[in-house]
Formats: sequence, C-alpha cells, structure tokens
Amino acid sequence: MDLTLKVWRQENRKAKGRFETYSLKNISPDSSFLEMLDVLNEQLVNGNNEPVVFDHDCREGICGTCSLFINGRAHGPDEDITTCQLHMRKFKDGDTIVIEPWRAGGFPVIKDLMVDRSAFDQILQAGGFISVNTGSARDGNNILIPKHKADESMDAAACIGCGACVATCKNSSAMLFLASKVSHLALLPQGRPEAVRRAKAMVAKMDELGFGSCTNTGACEVECPKGISVAHIARLNREFLIANLKP
Amino acid sequence: MKLNAKIPSGPLAEKWSLYKSTQNLVNPANKRKFDIIVVGTGLAGASAAASLGELGFKVKNFCYQDSPRRAHSIAAQGGINAAKNYQNDGDSVYRLFYDTIKGGDYRAREGNVYRLAEVSNQIIDQCVGQGVPFARDYGGYLDNRSFGGALVSRTFYARGQTGQQLLLGAYGALNRQIAAGNVTMYTRTEMMDVVLVDGVARGIVTRNLETGALESHFGHAVVLATGGYANVFFLSTNAMGSNTSAIWKAYKKGALFANPAFVQIHPTCIPVHGESQSKLTLMSESLRNDGRIWVPKAKEDAEKIRAGKLKPTDLPEGKRDYYLERRYPAFGNLVPRDVASRAAKERCDAGYGVGSGQAVYLDCKDSIKRLGKNLIEERYGNLFQMYEKIVDENPYVTPMMIYPAAHYTMGGLWVDYELMTTIPGLFTIGEANFSDHGANRLGASALMQGLADGYFVLPFTIQNYLAGQLSVPRMDPAKQPEFNETLEASREWNAKLMGIKGSRTVDSIHKELGQVMWDHVGMGRNKDGLEEGFSKIRQVKDLFWNDVRIPGKADGMNVELEKANRVADFLEMGELLAKDALHREESCGGHFREEHQMSDGEAKRDDENFKYVGAWEYKGPGKEPELNKEPLDYEFIQVKTRNYKE
Repeated sequence: MDLTLKVWRQENRKAKGRFETYSLKNISPDSSFLEMLDVLNEQLVNGNNEPVVFDHDCREGICGTCSLFINGRAHGPDEDITTCQLHMRKFKDGDTIVIEPWRAGGFPVIKDLMVDRSAFDQILQAGGFISVNTGSARDGNNILIPKHKADESMDAAACIGCGACVATCKNSSAMLFLASKVSHLALLPQGRPEAVRRAKAMVAKMDELGFGSCTNTGACEVECPKGISVAHIARLNREFLIANLKP
Repeated sequence: MKLNAKIPSGPLAEKWSLYKSTQNLVNPANKRKFDIIVVGTGLAGASAAASLGELGFKVKNFCYQDSPRRAHSIAAQGGINAAKNYQNDGDSVYRLFYDTIKGGDYRAREGNVYRLAEVSNQIIDQCVGQGVPFARDYGGYLDNRSFGGALVSRTFYARGQTGQQLLLGAYGALNRQIAAGNVTMYTRTEMMDVVLVDGVARGIVTRNLETGALESHFGHAVVLATGGYANVFFLSTNAMGSNTSAIWKAYKKGALFANPAFVQIHPTCIPVHGESQSKLTLMSESLRNDGRIWVPKAKEDAEKIRAGKLKPTDLPEGKRDYYLERRYPAFGNLVPRDVASRAAKERCDAGYGVGSGQAVYLDCKDSIKRLGKNLIEERYGNLFQMYEKIVDENPYVTPMMIYPAAHYTMGGLWVDYELMTTIPGLFTIGEANFSDHGANRLGASALMQGLADGYFVLPFTIQNYLAGQLSVPRMDPAKQPEFNETLEASREWNAKLMGIKGSRTVDSIHKELGQVMWDHVGMGRNKDGLEEGFSKIRQVKDLFWNDVRIPGKADGMNVELEKANRVADFLEMGELLAKDALHREESCGGHFREEHQMSDGEAKRDDENFKYVGAWEYKGPGKEPELNKEPLDYEFIQVKTRNYKE
C-alpha cells in the first residue's frame, strides 16, 4: 500500500517543531506500524537525511516504550494495543497518516516523536512500592489472597507506564497511571500497611510535577492499551480520602 | 589461563550455607564507603541494585531505556520456577537442580545449579512480599503450572505477564532505594567501555543517549547485568535495543567469554511475515501445557494447506501428525525447547510445514473442548489476543502457527561461583553470564536465575571481594589517567564510525549478518556451513566498516550511531559464536552439529572430549582468541544421555 505521512519533527527540547510530509510506497499490510516507520527511516537515511526519532523497544506491547499519537488517537486506530502492535492492515491504500508525539505538560518532547516520561518514575519513587527488604519476606503461602482479589490486583498491575492516559486526557492528568499502582497494592494484604501513606505521597508528587486533575471524562480508560478501568481511580480516591481523614 | 571456579568444598546441599557462613563481609559503617556500578535494570540488574542499596552500599545504576521498568525481562511471559512443592507432586530442591542440569545437557556446574535451586523458594517469598500478584487458586494459595523438561508443576505465574510483574516488583524495590538516596539512576545511558586500573575493574565510560556526552563513572566494583546477545541473529524475540556491547567490551578488556555457541532457539514464536519484519514475537511455552503441536501426516495435505486449498480445521484427526507426542511419549509436547525446536525444523525441512512452509500448528482445540473457552482465555487470553493482532486469525478457532526463533543465550561472560569474571572486580549476573543453564535453559528458569543472582547471590559474594578493597579510596575519574584514556578511546571509536560515510544503513547490514547467522550458525550446524558462515560474517564486517552510513553528529542524539555501535560488536561476537560452534565437535543442548547425531536424529553428546566449559580469551585485534577449558566434574550426579522418550 502507498501512504502519505505527516510527521512531527523537532530538533531538541527547546526547538520549535513542525510537520514534515513524506510519501511511502509498497508497504505490506502485514507489517507493524513501527516497521512502516523503519521503512521510512531507511528511506531517509538512504537520502542522507536524519531519521525520525521515536521510542520503541520490545515491539510486543509490554515494555511501554512506544507511544505516538496517530491520527489523533493514542496508539492509533485499534483497541487494547500499543503502537508496536498496530498493523498496517488497519489502514487503507492511499491514506494520509498524521503522527505526533504525546503532548502533555508532564511529558516534554526530547526530539521528534520521543518524549520525556521520567515524571512517571518520580511518581512511583514517591511511594509506589511495598517496603520489604530482600530476604525478610515470609513464606508466600502464609499470605492468603482470595482469587478475585488477586485477579483484580493483577488487572491494575497490568499497567505498562506508556503514558497514553495522560496524552489522551484533556487535563493531562496522570490519575489512571497512579490509580493502577495504588489499586494493585491496596488490594493485597501486603500492601495495606502503607496504603494511606502511599496514596497521599503519590498524589502530592503528581501535582508537583505539573499533571492536571481528573474530571472523570473516562477518556484514559478508552485509550489504555491494557484496558485498565477507571474504577481503579475510584479506589484511589477512596484511599486518598481516608489518607486525608487520618492524622 | 587457569580457570578457578572457586566452588566451595563440602556436600552439595551445604556448599552455599558453608560459603555464606565463612565468607568475608563488609561492616555496616563501611558499606557506604563503597560505590558499586550496576549496568542494566532487568530482573538481575534491578534486583541487585535494590538489594545492594538496602544493604547500605552506594549504587549507580544504568540503563539505555528511558526508565528502568522497561528492560526486556518485562517481556517474559510464562513463569518462574521454584522448588516449593506446594502441589505435593514430588518436587524438591534436588529435583529442580537435577532437572536443570539434565535440561542443560550436562554442561553446567553442579555447585552453581544447586545454589540456584536452593534460593528459588526465597525468590517466590520475596516477590509475594513485594506485592507481585501471582495467580492464586480459590483457597487463596499460590497456583502453579507445568513447563518443559519437568515432570512436576513448579512454575509460578502472573497470567502471561510474569516477567512484567516480577520486574515491576524489582523496580519497586529499586525505586524505594532511589528515593532513599542509596541508588542513583542513569537512564537513556549506554555503557561504552569498562575502565581498568592496574588490571582491576574500577568504572565505566558511558554515552548519554540524549546529549551524546561521554562520561566516566567510578565504582569499587562493576556489575554487568546487560542480558543476552540473541540479536546477533537480527530477528529474535529480544527487544530492539538488546545488545551484547557491554559484555563484549568487557571481553575485549580481558574477561573470558564462555560457551558463546550455546544459543536457545525457542520453539513457539510467531513465524516471519516478510522483509520488513523487525523482530519476532514469542508465544509462551506455557501454551504447550494446553496446546498440541502438529503438522499434516501427508505431504499433499501440507501442500494444500500452504496453497490455501485446505483449512487446518478441516483435516481429520487421523491425518494429523502430533510429532512430539509420537517421538517423545513421556514428555510429549513438554519436551525441552531445543528438542521441540529441532523437531519443528525437521518436519518443515522434510516438506510438512504449513503457512509459508516454515511453520507448524499449535492447537488448543482439545483443551478448549475439555476445559472450556473461558478457562483457556483466563490462562492465555493476552497471548491469544497478541497472536490475533499480529496474524489476523482467531486462535480460538484456527490453530496457531508457530516456528522457532532465536530467544536466549546460555553463553556469556565466564564467572566463578562468586559471579566474578576473570577481571577482578567485574561481576556479571543474569543472562549476561554463562553459569547456570549449560547448553540449554529450561522454561521459567531465566527469571529464576536473574532474580537469584540479583537478590540472593551477588549481594553476598560481592562483599567477599569488597572486604579486601577497604583501602581503595573513591577515585575522581577526571584525575585518573585510565578513565581519560578509555573515554578518549570511546570518542575515537565513535569518530571512526561517523567517518565511514558509506551508503548502507546500519539495519540493512544487521539484517545481512542475521541471515548469515541463522543460515549457518543457527539450529542445524555443520563444519562446512560454519566455515562458510565464518567467512561470510567477515565479509559483512568488511562491508560495515567500509560502507555504513550514519547521518548526524556524535555529540547529540543519534539513534543510527547507537545502532552502529551495537552492530559493530555483534559482528565481532558473531565470529566468536561461529568459532565456538566449529570447535565443539558434539551436539549438546541448543548446539546441534549435524555430524554428531544418533541414527534416530537425536543429539549425540561427547562427554569424553567436550565435558568442559569453553572460555575464550581475547588476544588483541586481528589475533585468534585462545580457548581455555574449565572441566566439568560431576561429583554428585550421574551423567546420562538425555532421554525424554520414556
């Protein structure tokens, strides 16, 4: 298939960006979206131009490295996938595809389509863990966890930290990201001792880093490649409320 | 070089306890006087950095990704082994040890493997403590599944995302230490070289991938946890950025490289679709619990299926060849990976393949009928979804197509029992070392080894080394000539690459290398093929150094330069891989020499001549590396021919 691409190019963090238009021919519908970008980059380098920079690594939808706003949608026009799992058969011959980086105050553009998501690491460093030193845990079966709780916790823990929720939210809120971690740990008995402190510290860090507030539009849930539910935001709010009621 | 593995004496089951109770330790007040560099943030790197931070050491942790959470351990699907025997099905530390040694085709050390099996149980406890949401049964107890090469169910899992959950656990522990100030994290940073001072590892030179700046970092010890080198095949299940550069640079500084030819080709990957293919996707081995592997019994049927004239679902039961069940009745579809991969290749080469001809079926229909679609979806939902997105076929209805792909590398830097390389102060953990899997790794054992090394082995053994380093002060790299020299060498290396200004892209050359490796140094190897492969690798290497094109500059973000650096090392690594494969005149585990097989096509090992670890020593540019042998003595088990038939 033949395609026209409009791709965001930006030299560095400070430079002003612009869209560049490229045409591509003979793209296999079986190739992935990122393989299509590989072909573009081959073409660019062969013409002695700098390739388009984009984040990617595992290319199987789990590392959370790839991003991209494709035709106005985070991770493009398919459900429950990351950009690397998007295949060209979702497009038609002759299509024009607009490719932009995540756009959010918390995710500054580094170059072209690559953004800085280190704010996510900082939010988790504020308390997104259970404080257990290596070697001090007791036998795994001494902590019984009802299956439905373990399953629900796993639903939340499936977050890959890609940032699609933030990029999609009109407020650039990181609430779904936060909620997935708070919920994953709060649902487990091991996570309860620090639940209050965790919710408080992580929300404070999110606010500090310039992410917006949640206005319950639910857009994040729609674009989450792992289908993480906004119900987890409700749990986060509950944990946060309890945290603020306790001295 | 005389290789001393430093295996403690004493009975097998007591070696590790004896070691721990008599080794040197560093007292708490002195720990903060030590800087430790850890390169890599996968299961091994993150768990080591976090554990060392908890102990009070000052840790500097590096990764090329934008966040430590993205290391490729995250993609491991199926599970992690441990000898808990929660299923009461006869498991024990000894059995896990024995299965691992046997699965590795008797090319691993008894002492190391026993220790691995011994600490496996602590790993599960640790991970549960961190909040890893392992699968549970209705009583709330931990659930298990079975994996290849074992007769018990000892694999713990978190849906098809076990690696992700374990890594997020280790990443949580790491985050806690970063927040506490014990670990300093450097992301988007690639290691360029190891710095030696008086023959001892004292630091690394790195390149900041955003700014292109080269920097030096000091450490009293350096730990490499940078994973395997399967991307030498270009197409593999590894992440795009996975590379051999850190361990390769260490090799060129004097660390021995052991068993590079031991590469695992994983049997269940989604087949290649075409020329623009950039990587291969694994379908977890756990699917072999509930999936049966088959091809048509008759070549005509295989031809019809390939031509699209016959649907696999329309082929009656009697016309299907469940070749693993036929050849290996005792283990059936759960034979070890090397055996399953070769059997698939054998059928496809003989003309029975489906799809493009390079594929076999993995069929879950019987399990769906027996257990219901819901249960299968619960177990493998994410895998089925992934398959459907890639292949555009519904695997609940049509059997999946799979084919082997390069996946894991058992070889790596040679380390002793303390996980130290032949360079004092340089440690290597996880897939980057060679130590525990012999010639073939069993499923769900990579996660086990990565976390065993990082949580429970290295944090002890490194202290035995550091206890002797108390008199070494923190060095200022700017004032130390060795750091400046290494940094200058890295700068020149980059300049040399940038200066080629040829006409070929890095990827196009990497693909050529990968094709040569797959064709000549892949699943079936023979003398002529390897020799031809060896000379072809040299041709590709010449092509690279004469004609690669890297646009842009070295002192800024330059993804083509990053790739070129990695491919330059893969080209050298590929040569050593072929050399090792050529020298090892036997078939064992993942290394199959066609000249050495039984009359029924099974691997023929040669214990008399090759029961050793082959560790290669770099002798300088253009010189032949030297082979050093570490004999493998089996004191506690009887070495047998692997048999998965009865």
